[in-house]
Amino acid sequence: MTTTSTTEAPSASGHHADHDVNYLNNEYGIKSWLLSLDHKRIGLLYLIMTTVFFVVGGIGAALIRIELMTPGGDLLEADTYNKMFTMHGVAMIFFFLIPSVPAVIGNFVLPIMIGAKDVAFPKLNLLSWYCYMVGGGLATFAIIAGGIDTGWTFYTPYSTTYANGYVSVALFGVFVNGFSGILTGVNFMTTVHKMRAPGMTWFRLPLFIWAQYATSLIMILGTPVVAITLLLVALERVFHIGIFDPALGGDPILFQHMFWFYSHPAVYIMIVPGFGVMSEVIACFSRKRIFGYSFVAFSSLAIAVLGFIVWGHHMFTTGQSIYAGMVFSFLTFLIAVPTAVKIFNWTATLYRGSVSMESPMLYAMGFMGLFLIGGLTGLFLSTMATDIHLHDTYFVVAHFHYVMVGGMVMAYLCGLHFWWPKMTGRMYSEVMAKTSAVLIFMGFNLTFFPQFVLGYLGMPRRYHVYPDEFQILHVASTAGATVLGIGYLVLFICLVSSLINGAKAGPNPWGAKGLEWMIESPPTPHNFHETPVVTFEAYAYEEEDTLLPVPGDGQTTGAVSH
Amino acid sequence: MSSHSENPALQHHFDDLKQQYEAANMGMWAFLAQEIMFFGGLFSGYTVYRYKYLAAFIEGSNHLPIFWGALNTVVLIASSFTVAMAVRAAQLGRAKSLFNWIISTMVLGVAFLGIKSIEYADKYHHGLIPGANFTYDSPMAGQLKIFFSFYFVMTGMHALHMIIGIGLMIWLIPKIRRGAFTAEYYSPIENFGLYWHFVDIVWIFLFPLLYLIGREPWIQL
Repeated sequence: MTTTSTTEAPSASGHHADHDVNYLNNEYGIKSWLLSLDHKRIGLLYLIMTTVFFVVGGIGAALIRIELMTPGGDLLEADTYNKMFTMHGVAMIFFFLIPSVPAVIGNFVLPIMIGAKDVAFPKLNLLSWYCYMVGGGLATFAIIAGGIDTGWTFYTPYSTTYANGYVSVALFGVFVNGFSGILTGVNFMTTVHKMRAPGMTWFRLPLFIWAQYATSLIMILGTPVVAITLLLVALERVFHIGIFDPALGGDPILFQHMFWFYSHPAVYIMIVPGFGVMSEVIACFSRKRIFGYSFVAFSSLAIAVLGFIVWGHHMFTTGQSIYAGMVFSFLTFLIAVPTAVKIFNWTATLYRGSVSMESPMLYAMGFMGLFLIGGLTGLFLSTMATDIHLHDTYFVVAHFHYVMVGGMVMAYLCGLHFWWPKMTGRMYSEVMAKTSAVLIFMGFNLTFFPQFVLGYLGMPRRYHVYPDEFQILHVASTAGATVLGIGYLVLFICLVSSLINGAKAGPNPWGAKGLEWMIESPPTPHNFHETPVVTFEAYAYEEEDTLLPVPGDGQTTGAVSH
Repeated sequence: MSSHSENPALQHHFDDLKQQYEAANMGMWAFLAQEIMFFGGLFSGYTVYRYKYLAAFIEGSNHLPIFWGALNTVVLIASSFTVAMAVRAAQLGRAKSLFNWIISTMVLGVAFLGIKSIEYADKYHHGLIPGANFTYDSPMAGQLKIFFSFYFVMTGMHALHMIIGIGLMIWLIPKIRRGAFTAEYYSPIENFGLYWHFVDIVWIFLFPLLYLIGREPWIQL
């Protein structure tokens, strides 16, 4: 592990009297955190709260898996089961996955990567966290007060005619939370356009920035549509107006169209930032420039744009016109192209690279395999004929978990391990991190691979009782979920214990390239002592005569003027 | 080396006022793109039901008073003029004139909301408010209910944006009096102007779509 050796601080010692002041110790007290305008502190606030919601969603998942060990409904009643999978979905999607990479890792590294002191609108950044907190609070209240049983999709008429009174509260919570995403999107887009350091041209941007930019586009253009849709459902419930109620002439299918117009692009909010993390980590641990930089960059934008016109593939069985179905099916196949471009380019980057398997790279490799399976099974579902058979079965459940958990959660954990030394200034135990990566990979496959088979055999989703012959596969799945849970626990202990007894990381423990690795770990409150001037490409790993600091010799060049 | 000017309006994380101005401007445009999608969702829903229930939508539209709607359109276009003049005054650094134009805009905005509330009260007396008081008796009552649902959600959302706009002006006025805006630093006024114009443009679409469906060629006041 030659690359994990710590390095000296990039600035020559004695240069700055306040050398040890960083963003974590420049102010103390609860107020300095809750009212902080520092993008790094806001990133950590998001990290803590998304972790809380991950646990909430995880409890829902655990109860679902325990219930499904036996064919009968012995642990949970049907209603409770419905509430559990709704809680799992709402917490994981709206309050964990959507803010995970953008709001936690993006908030922390995006301004640093482009050489800025902060995001363009620090106050809006803080406001976005409060929107998230209020939205999350309302959703939690709805869960505690009586639960919601509509599924995370809030389909009408489940959410209108046939649901209890707390649906409106949950809807309003998701509505408020939507503003957090919109504000983050506006902030990141403006920051990337207007806050880049001198010399940081568009094609010198790290690919993580391109991915965040594409994500911001989706957040800005998609989120408001679901906001107004959910608001209409809430109004329908409170004032008994009939926009989606068939009894009054309303159209429940219109809800699905409007819902998926956002929620399919939202799937890309939940994966494109992960692509960005992959590009950074794979380039670093292959010691190579990303193969086909501009293809990877533009494929993010292509996914963002195409993502807006494929929503109908969620509705092949709703009776939408066959011709609409054909168009949506074709467009869905088309979106596999930019996605495949990324996978091929990462693979080509690995080819003849000096690959080393530190824990972030282990997660990245896990991502590649799992996301590939998730993506390819998506093609089965975008084929109309097979979708009729597989629709609303465990095949779909397995597919989107391979993409969301195998893809995004792996990418998020990968990014967290990669930038953890930068965020905290500490190294975690590499052995524990690798153990958790392997446990999570194996546990994940054991949980969700049997569900492909279950779905193919006809097990529908959202049922808590099932025929006896499915039990063996369900037991395997529950066993896998246990391993997965242990994996997350090891990971949690690994990262938290690094805060207590982790070795000092130094500015660039991975020998990575990029502005964020040229400043102290943890960074100073304003990131840079002076605005850096960028004179190099992203991922200049292969250039011997690079202007970047060489790990270990504590020497800097003109790239960053101190 | 960054060129920090001494202007107190410059925030710490920007290099200069130009960068700060451009960022604020771009942020507002991105926010307005979001707003377009927000109203866009409503307009799509409206389009679907208007296509499905055209007869009911025509009947419902004929219950809306063209006079008040047209008057409100004039009021809003006038307020677009006053806010444009306010931005101009800010750019030239004329604080007194800026104050007057913002006050005029606010008066027009309040007038719009006043007229709107007359219309809403009128709907209540005629039993045309779904959920609160809906007594319309017709074979198409259910479909008319959808028309009026859209009428109230669309104009209601628009009115909410007007109220937010008036709130923004209340926030800006003490700053204007304090002389916070100069010919070098006026982006809050300009961005408020963008927002206000956007809200006006939404009404320009709402008025014909709600008030003018299937009307006879002469104006029924």
